[in-house]
Amino acid sequence: MEALIARFGDAVQRTEITSAGQDVVYVNPARNTEVLGWLKDDSDHRYDLLVDVTAVDYGGGRPIEVVYQLWSIPHKRALRVKCELPLDALEVASVVSLWQTADWLEREVFDLFGVTFTGHPDLRRILMPDDYEEGHPLRKDFPLRGRFSRAEQTRRALTQDPKHDYMPQDFDVGGPPAVPDQVEPPSGSESA
Amino acid sequence: MARKTVEYTVSRNPEAGMDFRPTQGWDAAVDLPEPDFGSEHMLINIGPQHPATHGVLRLLCELEGETVVKVTPHIGYLHTGFEKLGEYRTWNQIVTLTDRIDYLAPLIYNCAYVMAVEKLMGIEVTERCKVVRVILMELDRIFSHLLWLGTTAIDVGAFTPFLYAFQERERIYTLHESLTGARITTSATRIGGMMADLPEGWAEAVREFCNTFPNTLEEIHQLLTTNAIHLGRTQDVGVISAEDAVNCGFTGPNLRATGVEYDLRKDAPYYDYETYDFEVPVGQHGDCYDRYLVRMEEMSQSVRILHQALDRLPDGPIDVEDPRITLPSKTDCMNDMESMIHHFKLITDGIPAPAEDCYFAVEGSKGELGMYVVGDGGPKPVRWRIRPPSFVNLSVIAKLAEGHMLSDLIMINASLDIVLGEIDR
Repeated sequence: MEALIARFGDAVQRTEITSAGQDVVYVNPARNTEVLGWLKDDSDHRYDLLVDVTAVDYGGGRPIEVVYQLWSIPHKRALRVKCELPLDALEVASVVSLWQTADWLEREVFDLFGVTFTGHPDLRRILMPDDYEEGHPLRKDFPLRGRFSRAEQTRRALTQDPKHDYMPQDFDVGGPPAVPDQVEPPSGSESA
Repeated sequence: MARKTVEYTVSRNPEAGMDFRPTQGWDAAVDLPEPDFGSEHMLINIGPQHPATHGVLRLLCELEGETVVKVTPHIGYLHTGFEKLGEYRTWNQIVTLTDRIDYLAPLIYNCAYVMAVEKLMGIEVTERCKVVRVILMELDRIFSHLLWLGTTAIDVGAFTPFLYAFQERERIYTLHESLTGARITTSATRIGGMMADLPEGWAEAVREFCNTFPNTLEEIHQLLTTNAIHLGRTQDVGVISAEDAVNCGFTGPNLRATGVEYDLRKDAPYYDYETYDFEVPVGQHGDCYDRYLVRMEEMSQSVRILHQALDRLPDGPIDVEDPRITLPSKTDCMNDMESMIHHFKLITDGIPAPAEDCYFAVEGSKGELGMYVVGDGGPKPVRWRIRPPSFVNLSVIAKLAEGHMLSDLIMINASLDIVLGEIDR
């Protein structure tokens, strides 16, 4: 951790050790790829396995934390890197170029928390349907039963066009019917 | 680390004599110039309801002839919102959700979850509890690998290993049932201990299973390991290099098949795994056949661990003796008022966790199974995140399958050992 602070100075906002003895580093979200890239490649660290990318919403207007869980196979060490994103700027650079793992994991965070990963090659919803319009389920302001009533959810499910679901967007041979534009999930309007 | 490289019993080198791949006649046929039919790419949709996808997985394949050009997996059909549900439940109530996530190895999930919460709360469980949980986890590793083995064998046309594997699985189901009362939804663990101590004769029944199971495993070895069809379908199919596998986040048997010795039981030992004598099998080629060999060997190693754990199973209490965590006995509840109130308070209020976060991972049957728990000082989690091994392993399927035949895609999908309940959560 000292090495990180020495190398990156104020890009490292603060560090802490949890009572279970786990190292946590808070990094300036604007410089996350720089710091994570160095952690991955520097020979003293070699955090070559990106175990997990997730996010935590504490609710009450507090910033959403994007959490990178790293593991170094050669050094057998773990490190948790966090980026705090204020609710009005839920954007952070993607790390897919560093770890291929991040592809689906970042899509999941985008899907469930509404965090945009800039530079991600294929940022679509992954667990929820592409045209899901109720927002991002793991946000604290999202009610457990969903935003729409049960009747509205059923109505939407029944009026779905199955073709839309069965045609990949970049399938350009043979001339399938035109694919409707991907529905952008509403963002910004629901920040707590 | 005790490293055990799984060796091919059959050489891949045609010069060495035993090579089961197509003979020269086939090569000649392959060399014929391929006629140009002026065809377009074909789009094939596999799943979500298809037995070979091992769950409600949908694979959208773009084919050129029979060769896979592109695979786009679509997931989410089984999305249940476990993580969201967990935020509305007390720490102990979540245990019942965990075994629904991976219904092929429910006890590993029960254990991994409470171990993460205990680490967050700083609880040290009793020695007996540790050994019991090791037994449960190793038993379910075999349980999960057997399902993978049977279904994968069916995917390449071998029916008998499926029956053998499921016969053994049935015995583990019976063990689950006599321990917890349920065959799949076990919910066997509680924070600070177990739902109940082992029933009488249960440890002996596990020992009996450990004594006879290796015979069945040997029979399956004889049926598959040198089987020409199985070799042809698995060797050099779905190859991934060690470097790529790490970069793609592979863990568990899939990663070890590429030759990387990464096993949390050795690298970040929990529950005294460092004192058990076992080896970690690793492969050399990173193909479907190595993944098969690694899992087969892991089952033998799990039997070894089970024997040692049963040998050392200590007497004593199974729950921690801390009234803030452990419920009073039912007899006390029925006989004195204080215990009744105590019981009531623990159930309704729940156990508070510190306002901190904690990541804890165990070596699950499918890879690194992590639980990331965040508390806020109250009895419910702010966030309960499952690090799903199958989810990450499945994300690589597009890379593995490209350029292979459509039938190989089925084999590759099977060899990854996925469970959709965990992928979709």
